[in-house]
Amino acid sequence: MKPAPFHLHLPSTLDEALAVLASSSNARAIAGGQSLMPMLNLRLAGVDDLVDLNGIAQLTGIELDGEDIVFGAMTRQREIERSALVAQKLPLLSEAVSYIGHCQTRSRGTIGGSLCHLDPSAELPTVAMAMDGELTISRQGSQRQVPMRDFGLGLLSTCLQPEELLTAVRLKPWPAHSGHGFVEYGRRHGDFAVVSAAALVELAPDGTVHRSSLTLGGVAHVPCRVSAAEQMLQGRRPEPEAIKKACAQAAEIPALTDPAYPQWYRQRLAARLLERAVLRALDRVTPALTKTGP
Amino acid sequence: MGHADHAHIGQRVLRAEDERLLKGEGRYVADFEPAGTLHAAFVRSPYAHALIKRIDASAALAMPGVKAVIDAAQMAGYLDNLRMPLGWPSKDLPPDITPYVLTPSEVCFVGEPIVMVLGDSRYIAEDGAAAVEVDYEPLPVVADACAAVLPSAPKVRLEVPGNVLKEFSVGHGDCEAVLRDAPHVFREKFVQHRGGAHPMEGRGLLAHYEPQHATLMLWASTQMPHELQFTVAKALGLQDSMVRVTAPDVGGGFGAKFVIYPEEIAVAAAAYHCRQPVKWVEDRMEHFLAAIQERDQFWEVEIACAADGKVLGIRGSMLHDQGAYTPQGINCAYNAATAVTGPYSVPAFQLDVKVVQTNKPYVIPVRGAGYPQGTFVMERLLDRAARELGIDRALIRERNLVRKEQMPYTKPLKARSGRHLVLDSGDYLGAQQAVLQAVDYSGFRQRQQAALAQGRYIGLGFAHGVKGTGRGPFESGSVRVSANGRITVATGAMAMGQGLNTAMAQIAAQALAVPVQDVHVISGDTAHISMGIGGFASRQTVTAGSSVHLAALEVAAKIRRAGAHMLQVPESELQLAGGAVVLTADPSRRVNYADIARILRGIPGYDLPPGVGAGLEAVVHWEPTDMAYVHGFHACEVEVDPVTGGVTLLRYVAMHDSGTLINPMICEGQVHGGIVHGIGNALFEYMRYDEQAQPQSVTLADYLMTTATEVPRLEVMFTQSPAPSNPLGVKGIGEAGTIPVTSAIASAIDDALSDFKVRVTQIPVDPVWLAGQVADAERQALGQANT
Amino acid sequence: MTKLDAASRHDLTLHVNGRPQAVSVEPRTTLADCLRQELGLTGTHLGCEHGVCGACTVLVDGVAARSCLMLAAQAQRHQIETVESLAEGGQLNDLQQAFRELHGLQCGFCTPGILMTLTELLKYSPEGSEQEVRVALSGHICRCTGYENIVKAALATLAQRGASHGPR
Repeated sequence: MKPAPFHLHLPSTLDEALAVLASSSNARAIAGGQSLMPMLNLRLAGVDDLVDLNGIAQLTGIELDGEDIVFGAMTRQREIERSALVAQKLPLLSEAVSYIGHCQTRSRGTIGGSLCHLDPSAELPTVAMAMDGELTISRQGSQRQVPMRDFGLGLLSTCLQPEELLTAVRLKPWPAHSGHGFVEYGRRHGDFAVVSAAALVELAPDGTVHRSSLTLGGVAHVPCRVSAAEQMLQGRRPEPEAIKKACAQAAEIPALTDPAYPQWYRQRLAARLLERAVLRALDRVTPALTKTGP
Repeated sequence: MGHADHAHIGQRVLRAEDERLLKGEGRYVADFEPAGTLHAAFVRSPYAHALIKRIDASAALAMPGVKAVIDAAQMAGYLDNLRMPLGWPSKDLPPDITPYVLTPSEVCFVGEPIVMVLGDSRYIAEDGAAAVEVDYEPLPVVADACAAVLPSAPKVRLEVPGNVLKEFSVGHGDCEAVLRDAPHVFREKFVQHRGGAHPMEGRGLLAHYEPQHATLMLWASTQMPHELQFTVAKALGLQDSMVRVTAPDVGGGFGAKFVIYPEEIAVAAAAYHCRQPVKWVEDRMEHFLAAIQERDQFWEVEIACAADGKVLGIRGSMLHDQGAYTPQGINCAYNAATAVTGPYSVPAFQLDVKVVQTNKPYVIPVRGAGYPQGTFVMERLLDRAARELGIDRALIRERNLVRKEQMPYTKPLKARSGRHLVLDSGDYLGAQQAVLQAVDYSGFRQRQQAALAQGRYIGLGFAHGVKGTGRGPFESGSVRVSANGRITVATGAMAMGQGLNTAMAQIAAQALAVPVQDVHVISGDTAHISMGIGGFASRQTVTAGSSVHLAALEVAAKIRRAGAHMLQVPESELQLAGGAVVLTADPSRRVNYADIARILRGIPGYDLPPGVGAGLEAVVHWEPTDMAYVHGFHACEVEVDPVTGGVTLLRYVAMHDSGTLINPMICEGQVHGGIVHGIGNALFEYMRYDEQAQPQSVTLADYLMTTATEVPRLEVMFTQSPAPSNPLGVKGIGEAGTIPVTSAIASAIDDALSDFKVRVTQIPVDPVWLAGQVADAERQALGQANT
Repeated sequence: MTKLDAASRHDLTLHVNGRPQAVSVEPRTTLADCLRQELGLTGTHLGCEHGVCGACTVLVDGVAARSCLMLAAQAQRHQIETVESLAEGGQLNDLQQAFRELHGLQCGFCTPGILMTLTELLKYSPEGSEQEVRVALSGHICRCTGYENIVKAALATLAQRGASHGPR
């Protein structure tokens, strides 16, 4: 399976890359290549001008900007996996990265590439949604900020215009006393998740839920926040029955359906895996709480 | 120095092949590229059933680097027949069932090759193939075997009268009476799917006509070099001697390379007629589309039992999906049918089999060859009976197993040849007891309860599996000592990763009392041995091993006879040691093999020693008279997640008996690989098609194969019950590990989810189905709790 | 900025197994094909060309990556190591020797890729557990061995290297 011919552009600056995207009617950027190269090899995607982003140094890096962590879009998943800063400030991301594919794909795969491909069950879009990430999108001469909630338009489809590139992802850490949990079910280790669940929980001093972020991957066309569940938990004591009832909301979300994994199955997993993720997050917040109960 | 120093059989001899392979110096078909090689890519049908109306190659031919575009009409001019011959002709099958080398007018499965494009590189050949325009008129599609037998079903192929290829029955005894009178009868339906073979190296062939040798050279990734030689020679109207097949390093077969393919004939024909090397290396997509598979069987069976679990009879029917063509007979269906009763004594048995065609790729055996399916039926029926009768699963098996003392046990069931199947040797019950002890079966209920208290669902399952190995009609083995003292073994058997060459070297080296590394083995080269059958059905250690052993003994006898003449002593006073024949009483009196070979090579003017014959070599075509039955008993512990239906294997223990083990290290590896292939069939491997027979799982991301994280440690033990039917007492092993796996895992899942009354009757086990069973049971329980 | 035209071959320099190598490739030529065809390094194999089987695995700056998913032109910036770099002076290195002694290969087709992944593991996870070994191997498919002896060979090499470094 060999790709069809294309012109290959090897820019060393962002401006050079954006110039090619602006001038070609059938151009695509290639980041880590772990999703695009199979499509090119299988001749499922045709491109006239391939723009290789791997030589653009300014697009890589993990930086602390105030309280936020900013990732250059070309930052490798492997680097995120090994980053002490990420482990400390964004433990949900740190936990989720190890589920992405295999080490041999994380060595090339990038955060930007994963977000732009927007596979419905991919871990990085799910975490970016969970953390209300903010994306920097650039075109020749300008850039815009797009919240993660507005980035995905549908299945494998983002708001990126053909002449635009995602250049940075900003994540705001949750307080150090909050808990995180990432749970997914895939058929084998490293496989795409059928359904994944990400939970962030912050408790108030009185032990009730101050706020939570409950996100599902692999259920809707794009990773989705389960706001109904978040609202149900708000201000309540996070007891097992309350968590179960809140997470059951996840089963009401209209889910993707295909011959392998029908809607009811994804909905079942959505509710139950979200519950597991919340319990894991609570385990990390107040270890004492989960040891009580029936 | 005595014979005992060269007791190589049974030793964990390291493989000679490995150094080269580990350094990346393996030579697979894709690694060869003589100057001027043209690369082939095929235009393949995108429809499961259609008529070809028009082919326009003009755009492809106009592309720089595209050298030829060959369609069926042009290919027909190269061949004696555009249609492939039936591998192993049989009058039991109707005519016109084999595929075409290139399909002229009616395509019958997605992926069927229509046009061959030759280009300067594979990249360019694929560009050319993409540019060939083909107009099709779609025809109605038969997407599965159940649809194929409906009265309203369209024809899978317009050429054939109906979709049923063959109906046959196997059995013995009076099933009707038994089923009528039995105290207990249980009915089950099973759906068994096995996917493709998927060796990591796909199919491939490099063909090159060498005019100075007037030989068409074929470097082929194949399991049957002589069959390929014969088929190509016949197709091109050449003498066999004008076609040479050399198998390079072969990256696995598993059945995928155990048939001659249209693409291979097309490539050979193109190379012969273009007088340029032509190379075809399939990619993974082509393997999904057009390599053989095993696919679907639908079973409806009933088992009759006495109250104590003694099996009185089994009766049923089976529907087998053969695919659109039949290149090689219907072994897979036949094997599955005759494998059902396995290691058990079943007084009455009847199975009616319908082999049907569908608009899908053709089916021939994948590792296991129908035996896993037959075994699954028996083992599941026993588990069902055990559950219904309240009898322990191990006990019901014990009550029905053929015992060691009964061997050789002539089964009432006859093979196609008309001969009874005979279980030759083995201790099936002993293996069961040993493995169940190793997994602490008696303590399992307690462990299960403890896990349940923690909300974990674990289960233990087990199964027997037997297979007749060492299938004939013969295999070839030659042993030759050359005048420079080098020992060469040649065989028609094929190496595809199983260490065949090392095993054959051990056998020859022992018979000739030399170190193993002094023996060089050539397998799969038609220039070095004139006849052979090849590698499949777990036959080569038995057949090639026996031939090589007997040939080596013949050479050893020549050595003794010549040595007796040259040393002027009786043969009884001689022994072989260290590459020479020596006088036992005075080892300083000796003649090297090399010197004997030189004498027997002949010197003009001098007679050869009397009664020895020219040349220090022998060739044997050993013919087996009986099958050698291998046996395995497997037990596995699983955990099932009731939410996701996900299955985790916690522990896997197996005891195998493959008779005398030539190289235990290699044998363990064969069982490991077989087990993991079986795990794939049990949990992962599924070729999904839609209702238009369009393949949906055509990448390794969709078609799941077992990976290292999904497998626990494999605890494999061996006993050795020699086979009485061959000189070494060996039995096959390549497929043995695969046969009981689906049964053992299904049994374990049932055990884990017994609270939810789960009964696995479909393979591979689908987590969605398991979750659904649990969900149904949860709903029922909730409904009852609410009443 | 460099633009490589689709219809031409382009002369590039790659750094492979410690040496600069001149190659002539199309823009679409994958790193795997370039290694195999331009440089005759056929030890790197193609099993799927869609990034799942791992047979094409090489080291890119010391880290395992799938060469079927990289373009040769992209590899210009990196140090590439293939299976041919492992043997020392023509002798099998300790990992390769462990594979031989413990029967960690059968047909050998998936083996080079696995050796490269394990080479990275040995360097970055010298105290690797069996689970870590299996996780690293999960990016590879082997149809022959069932992984049992591959895991054993990896663990034996880890233990041997750990022992030779002595106690902390």
